Amino acid sequence: MVDIEHIPKELKLIDEKGVRLDGRRHDELRPIRIEAGVLRRADGSAYVEWGGNKVLAAVYGPREAHPRHLQDPARALVQCRYNMAPFSVSDRKRPGPDRRSVEISKVISEAFASVVFAEQFPRTSVDIFIEVLQADAGTRCAGLTAASVALADAGVPMRDLVTSCASGKIGGVVCLDLNKDEDNFGEADCPMAIVPRTGELVLLQMDGHLTYDEFQKAMELSIAATQRIYEMQRDALRRRYSLSIDEIMKESPAAPPRETELPEMSTQIVGEPELDFDALDEDREGGA
Amino acid sequence: MSDDILSDLMRDYVYRSAKAGRRTDGRALDEPRKLAVEHGVVKTAEGSARVKLGNTDVIVGIKMSVGQPYPDTPNTGVLSTTVELIPMASPTFEAGPPRPDAIELARVVDRGIRESKMVNVAKLCITPKEKVWVMFIDIHVLDFDGNLFDASSYGAAAALATTIVPAKAQGLGDDFPLPVEHWPVSVTTAKIKDLLVVDPGLDEERMADARLTVTTDENGDIRAMQKGLKGSFSYDEVKRIIETSQKVGRALRPSLRP
Repeated sequence: MVDIEHIPKELKLIDEKGVRLDGRRHDELRPIRIEAGVLRRADGSAYVEWGGNKVLAAVYGPREAHPRHLQDPARALVQCRYNMAPFSVSDRKRPGPDRRSVEISKVISEAFASVVFAEQFPRTSVDIFIEVLQADAGTRCAGLTAASVALADAGVPMRDLVTSCASGKIGGVVCLDLNKDEDNFGEADCPMAIVPRTGELVLLQMDGHLTYDEFQKAMELSIAATQRIYEMQRDALRRRYSLSIDEIMKESPAAPPRETELPEMSTQIVGEPELDFDALDEDREGGA
Repeated sequence: MSDDILSDLMRDYVYRSAKAGRRTDGRALDEPRKLAVEHGVVKTAEGSARVKLGNTDVIVGIKMSVGQPYPDTPNTGVLSTTVELIPMASPTFEAGPPRPDAIELARVVDRGIRESKMVNVAKLCITPKEKVWVMFIDIHVLDFDGNLFDASSYGAAAALATTIVPAKAQGLGDDFPLPVEHWPVSVTTAKIKDLLVVDPGLDEERMADARLTVTTDENGDIRAMQKGLKGSFSYDEVKRIIETSQKVGRALRPSLRP
């Protein structure tokens, strides 16, 4: 399957059988749970648990863009703020934006810019807020995946959902969806985000060391995984918005029985010729 | 990088020229602008370089100081990269704290140098857990005519290559050159509609839909990547861009060495 010759002896992120520290194989995702519509005030929201990551996303808008000089007379701005809670990492993170979160906010904003029908809402802003509550590597992918569901929950018109995932290299093996230890001690990480319906890559970053072949392997793992995550995103939205017959009946009681007689059926043939039931019966009797 | 307006007439001209295979400045689609590197231009810095990529002009200074290592890397030197987009360089740059585009630029340059292990930071430890050398890469953009990602990366690499660690002044033995071991080259490609152009000039950059920076090492291996702008790439386009970046990187690498 993969060469596992140059694994550092002291730290085996993946063993001879191709099993990782958390028991996953190279092409396995961590468990992912997605919930849509989890906040009251936001226009749209979503919550994602992805391995040890816990991420909330909220969407406001389209609403008046602030500061006003940023307004675009032709389209809506898509502005994302990615933020990590001080308690989301083992050493407390100083609150507020640092350089890393400014960069992540920028690339996530850009990832959504071509997907939202921004030209329908001139001078406005679609504001996306991502809060990382608990971090375990891959927070930008989890945040973007959550934000995408939150945008749909807010009813913001989009060409498609955006789905994100990362692949990297640990112990010389290209693996899907690195966790914190794998990210810290691994050799490379390559987060991406895709528009699943068209295959457009709207976010792509990489750091570490990958040969061109390894990069292609990583991308193929990520692309395959995003199809599965896409299904989970859609499922979260379906669970939020599709009601069972019982629920519909509970919310709106059945219509009262009609008291009046149905009006007589028109004999005029409009589209499909109406069946003459009497004639049908006669035919059957005649044939018997 | 800038939000200023480009006329439709110019957009059309830029696109049609590129579509015909010859860009507005006469280049082929996969041809970078002329790179001129001048090493050691600032005496007060421990290392410096001035890089002109076409008319984009960047000066980079390296300052070395003794500081504390990060707790999770107690035996390695520290690298810190900042970019100043000073108002002198473009009518669209404003004074004030760095904006997201300057932060992204600095972090992408930093990533290329850090991830390629260009400088062997293990050799910059003085006392484990206590004292290490800290490298400050300060990138000063003097004239912005497109593609700051590559110009800044080349400037940083060229400046690091000339850096002398001032150990004597700190009472830490003799001065020594910075242990530079690898040569990353960043190559940025812009997507204009259906076309991919290497090393975009200002007008090309202003109308680009998407941008991809790929940093490769001397083996052609990928060390860092960053996609930018609001558009997207197909996976096939990404593969083509990587192949071009490897080729252009090989050609440019020799001119970065002092």
